[in-house]
Amino acid sequence: MSSHADTHGDGHDELGHILPFSTYRNVLIGLLVLTVLTVVVAKVDTFDFGTLNIVIAMIIASIKASIVALYFMHLKYEDKITWLYVFFPLLLLALMMGLIFIDNPLRRDDRPVEIHDPLAQQLEALQ
Amino acid sequence: MNSAVETIPGEPPHAHHWTSVNAYHGAKLGMWLFLATEILLFSVLFTSFAIYRFLYLGEFHSASLQLDWRMGATNTAVLIISSFTAALAMDAAQHGNNKRVRNLLLFTVACGGIFLVVKYFEYSHKYDIGLFPGRTCPEVHADAASGHGDSHHGESDHGAKADHGGGHHQEFCWPTGDNALGLSDAQKEMLVSNNYKMYFGLYYCMTGLHALHVIIGMAVLSWVCLLASRGRFSEKYYTPVELGALYWHLVDLIWIYLFPLLYLVD
Repeated sequence: MSSHADTHGDGHDELGHILPFSTYRNVLIGLLVLTVLTVVVAKVDTFDFGTLNIVIAMIIASIKASIVALYFMHLKYEDKITWLYVFFPLLLLALMMGLIFIDNPLRRDDRPVEIHDPLAQQLEALQ
Repeated sequence: MNSAVETIPGEPPHAHHWTSVNAYHGAKLGMWLFLATEILLFSVLFTSFAIYRFLYLGEFHSASLQLDWRMGATNTAVLIISSFTAALAMDAAQHGNNKRVRNLLLFTVACGGIFLVVKYFEYSHKYDIGLFPGRTCPEVHADAASGHGDSHHGESDHGAKADHGGGHHQEFCWPTGDNALGLSDAQKEMLVSNNYKMYFGLYYCMTGLHALHVIIGMAVLSWVCLLASRGRFSEKYYTPVELGALYWHLVDLIWIYLFPLLYLVD
């Protein structure tokens, strides 16, 4: 096998990276803690940050997604071309989302349908 | 896999001009490329969700309160744990322990089953209170229509029948079920509002497509599990375990975003 490996010269001379059990265990604990954190931030009233709620929720989700990708999926030990495959669709997603965040606030007054929220009104009436 | 390629337990199947290392890295790169297309597939739905959440913030907030976040949180934990065991299965395969691979993958697939059962309860609850697309609907429409004087084809018709059929003439509407669940007026109104439909339409598309991925993932991992029980993997060859686990991790990744977006964010 090693004689073949010499012809590559790109680090592909062995199979995948082996991680210690403790890494997997720590990632699992981290994911569960972050899940609890997401729920607490969203459901406990003392942590109400208004419009920032969704930003915080998405940041926590992204941290969780990152550690899943880096350690469970071994992305940390993959080569550059794999990272390119991962970041290209994320770039396109960021582009779409970014344009929406620029576009939507500017066209709010154009929308054809009025905001109508009976449940919220009912909640208000109760309070 | 090509039947001409001989499969010896513990030995990688590959054509002779390829090294097993080559084949391993090629397969894995291909899998990552496929995962990239999966991210794009879900990106479209996430983008749609962002647009309509922007437009109908209030309705989306109220509609999201109709979901049971406890069930969502349970499913999140179940998927995270199954992702953990899938990663351990891959680790076991790297050490050539086929029996451990089989056991861990069985557990992973079982977790997928639990996820689907919880999903079934969620869907059937929504079906019971009528939060699903595509049926013509009864009395809610009559209630909602009574104030509007809408007379698309109702005026000449007689009494109650006109109220039922002609009130809101919509091709796509939310039924109310038998109303045994004691829907509030607000909930009834929600059922006929187009903006709530937008939320639940996206909800079903996103969770439905995700559930489809769970089912496919379970099938793939079951197949890998079968291979492991035949002692097919070794330190030198564990590509199917790794690729199957990668797919399962992607399913987990998508849910990590779906859970806060659909169940929690207000």
